[in-house]
Order: sequence, then C-alpha cells, then structure tokens
Amino acid sequence: MPIVPLSDAIRELVHDGDTVALEGFTHLIPHAAGHEIIRQGRRDLTLIRMTPDVVYDQMIGMGCARKLVFSWGGNPGVGSLHRLRDAVENGWPGPLELEEHSHAGMAAAWSAGASNLPFGVLRGYQGGDLPARTRVGRITCPFTGEELAAVPSHRPDVGIVHAQRADRHGNVQLWGILGVQKECLLASARSMVTVEEIVDELAPLAGGIVLPAWVVGAVCVVPRGAHPSYAHGYYDRDNDFYLAWDAISRDRDAFRAWMDEHVLAAVPA
Amino acid sequence: MTYTADEMMAVEAARRIGDGAVCFVGIGLPSLAANLARRTHAPNSVLVYESGTIGAKPYELPLSIGDGELAETADAVVTVPEMFAYWLQGGRIDVGFLGAAQIDRHGNLNSTVIGDYDRPAVRLPGGGGAPEIALGVRDVFVMLRHSLRAFVEKLDFTTSLGDRVRVVVTDLGVLEPRDGELALTQLHPGVDPEQAREATGWDLRLASDVRETDPPSDEELSTLRSLRTKGDA
Repeated sequence: MPIVPLSDAIRELVHDGDTVALEGFTHLIPHAAGHEIIRQGRRDLTLIRMTPDVVYDQMIGMGCARKLVFSWGGNPGVGSLHRLRDAVENGWPGPLELEEHSHAGMAAAWSAGASNLPFGVLRGYQGGDLPARTRVGRITCPFTGEELAAVPSHRPDVGIVHAQRADRHGNVQLWGILGVQKECLLASARSMVTVEEIVDELAPLAGGIVLPAWVVGAVCVVPRGAHPSYAHGYYDRDNDFYLAWDAISRDRDAFRAWMDEHVLAAVPA
Repeated sequence: MTYTADEMMAVEAARRIGDGAVCFVGIGLPSLAANLARRTHAPNSVLVYESGTIGAKPYELPLSIGDGELAETADAVVTVPEMFAYWLQGGRIDVGFLGAAQIDRHGNLNSTVIGDYDRPAVRLPGGGGAPEIALGVRDVFVMLRHSLRAFVEKLDFTTSLGDRVRVVVTDLGVLEPRDGELALTQLHPGVDPEQAREATGWDLRLASDVRETDPPSDEELSTLRSLRTKGDA
C-alpha cells in the first residue's frame, strides 16, 4: 500500500473485533492513529500493548476495547490510568477482560511473533500469583532439563506504530528508543506506520533502523502524530499534558467533554 | 540543613550503591537515589532504564523511564526485548530497585491489585518489569514509605518474590533480612522504634545491632536538590 491518508488506512486495516497493537515504549506512541480509531467508532477490539498509555486510556474510556493484553498500565511518573481503572473496577463504559503479563514476558511474546514462532521462551513467571492469572506454560529444555516459561506469541491482526520519517517508496526510518516497534510490525498480519514527514532520501543515521516498504502495510503522514508522546529529533515529550491528564481522566464527564472537543470534533489527518 | 523524609530515603538508598554497580532504575525515588549516587560517591555506577537506555546520564531527572534525554546521554540504546533478554536475564545487572503498594515480612511485593483480582477495590498498574527483576538481579533494593496499608501481614496479590531483597529503605528507617524475615536495622534520626513497629502490619523485630541512620550531609542534600524532575514547576 502506498502513502495514504490516516482515515483511509484505519478504515481499510482496522475492523470491529480485531486484535490491534499500538506500540511505542514511551517514545513514538501512535496517538493520532488511536484517535482516528476512536473517531471511526471501532468496537470489541483486543488491544495489545506493553505499557497502556494515555492513548489506551482514551480508547478504553470511549468503549473501543473488549480485552487488554498488557504488562504495566499506569501514567508514568504520575499515577493511575483512571479510565482503565474505571473499566476494570466498575465496568464503565463496559467490562474489560485483562490478560496480564510481565515486561519480560511481553517482550518475549513480541520477539516470538516477529519470528513466526508459536511461543516465546524465558526464565520467568516463577512463583507469585501472576502465572495462575495469565496465559503461560512451562517447558523443559531438551538439552539441560531446565524448566522455563513459555508465553504465547503476539500475532495481532493489525500493528500500528509511529516513526520519524519515510521516503516516497514507503521505507520507514526511526531512531532513539526503539522499544518493540520493529517486533510489533513484523508480528502483525497487517500493519501501518504514521510518520512525521516524507523525505526524498533516508540518510543513514547512527542508532537508526529502516523498516523496508515491503514489510509495511501503509504509511500515513501525521506531523506530531505521537503527541503527547514524543518523536526524537522532532519534539519533546509533553510532560505537562501527562500531568494534566490525571485530572481530565479522573471524572467521566470531564473525560467525555475533553474527548468531544479534542478528538471527536477534530478533523482527521 | 533541614531535610524531608523523602530526601532521607533517597540519600540512604544512594549510599548503598557501590561505585561501579550496574543499577536497573525506575522512576521516582529510585531514579533520584541512583542519580545522587552517581554524582557523589559512585561516579562509575551505571544507570539502566528499562526503556533500553544503558549508562544514561540525565541532566534533569526524567518524568518517565523513556524520556529523550535518557537516550541522548546513554552509552547504548537497545530494544526492549534485548534489554530483558540479554541484559536482565543475561545476569548483567547488580542492583534492581522496586517499589510496590504492599510488602510482606519476606520482601514479597504487590503492585497488581488491592482486593480480589477479579473484583479489585483498586486496580494498580501491575508488575511491569518487577517479576523478572526480582529474581534476575543480584540485589533488590525496595523503597517504600512506612504505613500499615503498605507493610502488611498478608499481600492481596504476590507480584514479585522477595528472595533477593537485601534492603528496604522507608521514611522511618531501614529493614534488612535477618533470620528469615525483614527486621529493623536502622532508624532515621528522630524516629522512635515504636513508630516503625506501629506502622508495620506484622510484629516487626528489631535487630540486635539497630543503629541510627547518619543524617544527610550538606553535600548530599545540595547535590540531591540540584536534581530537578522534569515537569516540576
């Protein structure tokens, strides 16, 4: 798929009932894509993400999600995600099923998904109450006899990430904190990337990676598409917004009013 | 110089970081403690944030573990799967800091739920890196303010195990494992042992060699205060 408008990409790639991952470890979180999913009224999504952030708080609060697969659901340095909590504690706006992992387990599940393997393996999920509450198995190493944890790989219908830039052929370049961006795209049946800008040529960058066009489903140009997260080299994390979100999201009416004004009434990119 | 309880916690935790130690650091007080150590007695300590930044040297303290400044100042930036597989599971981290909502006498931690898992009174953020940090680093340092709500006889949920918890730094003192459970080994200046016992939900034992924590020095305090957190006014 070539370079397309965001609203077209979401309409074509994301369907009701899909398993969808919007990844980005603090950096390059695809907020604008999440907002377009909300505007298009998608429902019954299974959302995967290591660190459900403000964008998942918004999607959950707007009723897009049926299930959340995650490892840490908070507002970093601030506190709770209040819409996530309201869904889990009170079933508002609807019940939310949880499949909870550790970071190490989620990371292994992403690597396995990108590798076309059915499960990831790690030394983890040892003791405590989490193993009984999640999908994890034990396997024995055929060489040493060591018992290890097996986590089912992530294989979403759609993987969505943000990146700094792409060229006109749809090759995507990103740098800085890379999180699980590459794994998310490669593990997904369909994928799309929002980027800050299109450039004529992707100059090689130290620490940067390129995702070739032929593994990327769609590219959408969305300047500031990660805000209030950040795009290294373009703009900083809007820490003030993350702090302000605590008050906005605490109250259902204040949350809905904010979403009406800033997301539903906004023009898609 | 006068100081706050949080400053005492950060200073005491920092003192326990040896020079050259590789520290897996979270946000908040652990980040403050590790950065203080690096700027005082442990200039060769290595700060690792789970976002993938190894050897970060932030000028200002980050609000999140993935702030851009961490990547800009790091010796290396790796992906999240690499961080957990090669570096943590690979056994390359000396000290891991953990916080929690609840701790028990064995250093087991709960950061998942208060109340029943299926019908929680409070849904907490969850374990994140904690379950594998707790068993994958050499020494676990816990930083947690003392209260009956936090220091409990029985956890509502066991998120991570206490096998490698070497020290718990609170706003009242320090707990360390002695004879199979956490005992009070230090009291911060001006704190009475009964204060700590009353803020603990189990019958907290006092170590035979319990001592008073040295108050923060002027150098420790002024260095600590020069570390501003992003997002602060």
